[in-house]
Amino acid sequence: MDPRLNIIDKRLENIKRIVAVSGGKGGIGKSSVASILALCLSEKYKVGLLDLDFYGPSSHVILGIPTCNPCLTGRQASGRKDVYPKEEKGILPPEIYPPTSRRAGGIKFMSIIYYAKDNPLAIRGVDISNAIIELLAITRWDKLDFLIIDMPPGIGDATLDIIRFLKRAEFLVIATSSKVVLETVKKTIRMLKETGVSILGVIENMKFKDSLFIKEAINQFDVRLLGEIGFDKNVEDCIGDKEKLLTSRFAQDIKEIILDYF
Amino acid sequence: MHEWALAEAVVSTALEESKKEGLKEITKIKLKIGELQQIDIDTFKFVLNEVIQPQNPMIKKAKIELETERGILKCRVCEHKWAFKEMLKKLDEEESESIHFIPEMSHIYMRCPKCKSPDFEIVQGRGVWIDSIEGEK
Repeated sequence: MDPRLNIIDKRLENIKRIVAVSGGKGGIGKSSVASILALCLSEKYKVGLLDLDFYGPSSHVILGIPTCNPCLTGRQASGRKDVYPKEEKGILPPEIYPPTSRRAGGIKFMSIIYYAKDNPLAIRGVDISNAIIELLAITRWDKLDFLIIDMPPGIGDATLDIIRFLKRAEFLVIATSSKVVLETVKKTIRMLKETGVSILGVIENMKFKDSLFIKEAINQFDVRLLGEIGFDKNVEDCIGDKEKLLTSRFAQDIKEIILDYF
Repeated sequence: MHEWALAEAVVSTALEESKKEGLKEITKIKLKIGELQQIDIDTFKFVLNEVIQPQNPMIKKAKIELETERGILKCRVCEHKWAFKEMLKKLDEEESESIHFIPEMSHIYMRCPKCKSPDFEIVQGRGVWIDSIEGEK
């Protein structure tokens, strides 16, 4: 018997909502949506952000989170000491943006990057599952309003594990205005519906011209289009800088979606 | 204390299983502790025996048997088998700490000693495993 499986629900019991930001294709902006969604929500709520994209973790890059372990590398510079998970009856994810007078919640962040550093992680399905179970079993999130999960592309191990272990998870599916992407989005939605998980809706990202085909296609599945994020050519210049990210057009579009659906 | 989280998971599972089996009291739990996880056995035992067990009447008197399981790895490319212990001494503190938290990190910090591939299987000795739970009905 694997004792870790039994403790996962307990680790997540004080989290009000779990949102898995998913989508079949790579490069459609899942990590950007997940990270900036977490950032925008943290203005009002207590938020956790879990990066489960083991092959290409990038939430830490988008939010500018330092990921060194100062305790082990000897880098004791102030401001960097608390950005590594602490051991206390499990693992406490570091609070990367602690609550301030302007920010009510803060963001607790957990990622494989703390352990893998910037090394490539070449692992197979069974190992991915084991690593996900380990992270879910040992991370103590405590009380959160939202746990946002940055999912890897596809409907493989990570998606199946989230469906298996996080029954309360709501899937937020990311699409772009592309017929190529749509084919995979449809498959993702079909799989999620067949497994009976909750689908919060679809966000159409990188929208650069008027078109209705994404909306019409997902309507056939009885799934809501939560909103559109316009193609923001300036967002690349905001990567790694939370203040710039918050004032980007990308964030403004996400805030509108939050007002309506979160 | 990562050991605390794993000890908590063992007790939580044992209590759940005893409910399913209709046990009134758990008398023995047999555990296998895989070498890759590099559990501090004294800390693990202390948390189980001195902190968690006394709080749970169902498990208070249970005998906890721990058996260390050798870490064995097998290369999927050249089929070479080797022991985790052989390689542990070559890892620095940060690398072995990462494997302690998530044993799959071994695929980053270790390579097949024969062909240098990262594509190997953890055949045994990955982490904490409950072998059996005994009790009285």
